Formats: sequence, C-alpha cells, structure tokens
Amino acid sequence: MDDKPAIRIRDLHKRFGDLEVLKGVSLTAHPGDVIAIIGGSGSGKSTLLRCINMLEHPSAGEIAIQGETYRMRPTRDGSLEPADRRQVQRIRAQLGMVFQNFNLWPHRTVLENVTEAPIHVLGQPRAQAIVRARQVLDRVGLGDKADAHPVRLSGGQQQRAAIARVLAVDPLAMLFDEPTSALDPELVGEVLGVIRDLAREGRTMILVTHEMAFARDVANRVIYLRDGRIEEEGTPEQLFGDPQSPHLKQFIRSVM
Amino acid sequence: MFQSIDFSLLALDAPGWGGALLQGFWRSIQLAAGGYVMGIVIGILGASAKLYGGLVMRDLAQVYTTVIRAVPELVMMLLFYYVGTDLLNRAAQGMGFQGIEVDGLAAGILVIGLVQGGYATEVIRGAIRAVPHGQIEAAQAFGMSPLKVMRRVTLPAMTPHAIPGMANLWMIATKDTALLAVIGFSELTQVTRQAASSTRAYFLFFLSAGALYLMLTLVSNVILRRYEARARRGLIAAHQAR
Repeated sequence: MDDKPAIRIRDLHKRFGDLEVLKGVSLTAHPGDVIAIIGGSGSGKSTLLRCINMLEHPSAGEIAIQGETYRMRPTRDGSLEPADRRQVQRIRAQLGMVFQNFNLWPHRTVLENVTEAPIHVLGQPRAQAIVRARQVLDRVGLGDKADAHPVRLSGGQQQRAAIARVLAVDPLAMLFDEPTSALDPELVGEVLGVIRDLAREGRTMILVTHEMAFARDVANRVIYLRDGRIEEEGTPEQLFGDPQSPHLKQFIRSVM
Repeated sequence: MFQSIDFSLLALDAPGWGGALLQGFWRSIQLAAGGYVMGIVIGILGASAKLYGGLVMRDLAQVYTTVIRAVPELVMMLLFYYVGTDLLNRAAQGMGFQGIEVDGLAAGILVIGLVQGGYATEVIRGAIRAVPHGQIEAAQAFGMSPLKVMRRVTLPAMTPHAIPGMANLWMIATKDTALLAVIGFSELTQVTRQAASSTRAYFLFFLSAGALYLMLTLVSNVILRRYEARARRGLIAAHQAR
C-alpha cells in the first residue's frame, strides 16, 4: 500500500467565536488504520472529524489527505478558509462520511442515493454505477430495498444505505460521525456489524463513537479527546485496560 | 332568462366573438406561464442571494422583495411597463440606436415575472430552509460543487415544501394577466370588454370569461396535485407522521 499516511493532521485548532473547541490536535492515520475517537460531549470529537473533509474550516493547523495538504488562506477574522474550492471537492470525493442522522436524500430511491456520487461526481457511466450500487447494497444486506425511498426504511436500514452510498465511491478513508447515536437500541447491532466487517477487510476509518465495547473490538488505535486536546491515545487494550489519565478512568467508568 | 341571451355571439367566426375570446384566453395563458416561469427563475436567484449571497446581494434581494410586496401590483405593472420601456428606449437612443419597438408579449411577461419573482423568492427561500442541512452537507461531503449541490439536492429536496406556495402564485399569475388590460394588452379580459361593449351582451361575455378563467384554474389544480404527490414521494405522508 501507499506509504503516505491516508490522513495527517498537525496541530489543529478550531475556534467558534470565543470558544476554542480544538486546541492543537495532531493525528496520523495510515492505510488500514481503524481509529476510534472517544470523549465526552463537547470534547471536540465531531468537530475534529468534520475538519478532515472541511465541513468545518480549521482556525489553524494543517490537514493532508494522502500527502495532499489543503491549501488554506487567512480570513478577515483571523481564521482560515480553503483557498481552492476545487481542491476541497477533489479531496472530499476520496473520503466518505457517514453521519449520525444518515442524511440520505429523501427525494431519491435507495439505489439513486447510492449511484448519485459515482455518476454525478466521479462521472462513471450509469450502467456501471448501478451494477456497483447493487453490489454494495447486497453487501450491507439491502439488496431488496434498492427501489424504496429512504422514508420506507428503518433507522438501521437507512444507516446501512448511507454506508453503501459511501462504499460506492470506494473511498480512501471512511469517516463515521457517531453512526449509531440516532438509532433505537435494537437497531444498533446491525449497523455495527456492517462497520465491523468493513474494518476487518482493511478499510481505513476514523470513527467517532459512544459505543465503547465496539471501539475496543474494531479499532487498532483509540484516541481519548478531552476539552479539545488528545489526553490519551494508544491501543484499545492500553486505553480501556490500563487508562492513565484520571479523566479517562472516570469517563470509562461512566460509560461502560 | 336565457332566452334573452344570444349565444350565437359566441360563434368562432365573425360576427361571433368566440374566436377572439379564445385568442385572448390563449394570450392570457402565455402571459401567465411566461411570467410564472420567469418568476421561478428570479425566485431561485433571489432566494440564493438571500441565503448564500454576500452583504450586497442580500441587501439587493431584500429591497427587491420588499418593494414588490409593498406596492400594489397594478402600480408595479404600470411602472415597469411605461418606465421600463421608456428607459429601454432612452438607453437604446443613448447608444445610437433608433427607439426599439417593445414586443407586447415579452413586455407583459417581463412585468408579471418581475412581480411574481418577488413572491417566489420568499416561497423558495422558506422551502430551502425547510430542507434539513444534513442532506446538503452529505452532498458537499461527496465533493459536489455548489452548483451541483443546488441542482441535484437542494432544489429537488425543497420542491415539495415550495409547491403549496408556488401553486398559489400560479393562480395569482393567471389572474394578474387581467390587470394588463389596463395597459391595453389584448388578453382575455380586454377582449371580453371589447366584445361586451360592442354587442351590449355584458352578461354573456363576462360570464364566458369567468368560465374560462375557472376552467384554467381547475385544470391547473389537477396537474399541480399530481405534481405535488410525485414530489412528496420521499416524504412522510401527513397521516403517517402523527
């Protein structure tokens, strides 16, 4: 595989007005890494994830996707913004994001949701995109729902469709933003099962999650974010088995 | 009562006025449809300016919608028509052209479109704001350009929210064409007035005109309802949403 890191973040800061949400975070994900980001609410974990594909613009710091650094320019209020919109679009097309609220497009069928980016962003021929879409839908167990509109699906099925939508573009890395937080408890398992399979097959992923047992199970590295900083990081065994920071100890006790 | 009505006045050929009436009706439909489409285009641009534009664009759009909605439509139309054509002529002369002949239909469509656009801007702005932001973010996250996000996601997703308001605007557009009679357009109302005054059969002709307007509305309703049902396919039906 490529020796360039899939994702490299250096000294990332993000400020919303007077509130500094990220206070200098650095992180490197190599191909095949499955990194779980855990932390309490307000710790900045979702913001960190959303900076990777520029849904949030960092205030300072550097982000590179497979060696290509986002070109940024200063804004009037002392923050940063992307200097090259096309570069952002090109990099985004190589990343796949799964959202907490699925964010499927309700006016399109499940199949159309999945073929949308391959056809209209990557420029694939329609027939090829449809074949691929059916494959990934089968993959997540939704082969029979291709022609339904998302509203007809359960939450778990919608999230699996959203994962299929991302798989269809065959991304360099997948970003999961609390993918099971909006689901009823009995539907969490089916979604985690799909993500687990993808992790096992060697896909690079960064996973913001509240599911500690799951993080422990699938991640090869866990990052504990607290108050905008990485307070502790290591293998799941280290973090969950032998946490060093008192905050992490307390956090693990409170959620497990 | 009906014995006193001479229905032969509605014959398609002269001396009957039926043909002229239908021609006026067709012209009304053209004016309404043209103005409506133009209103939608202005509405999309205006809503985009208000939602995504810089300070200048937002202010311009705000002034436009405020003025359009505050001033009576008849006044707006007279203003656009007379002042507009006057300005156009002066500009043409300034650039060394002869005065231009403003095409009646185009001028009428322009006038209705400008008025419709003010209302459409607000309808579409509201509808776009009703689209959950996550759907737009998902499109951005796949690397779509802003224009593509607009065309592939924002506009189709906002359509079901816009249809009730836009259906209303279509009704208003069909009726606003009658106001153009004042400027002398030979649309349905104007032709009806001519027919009625030259034959003294006011009852017959105004009733016929009313029936034609009503027919247009009824047919439009059927089409709009089908379109709305189609556009809402992906949304939860009201009776299921309880």
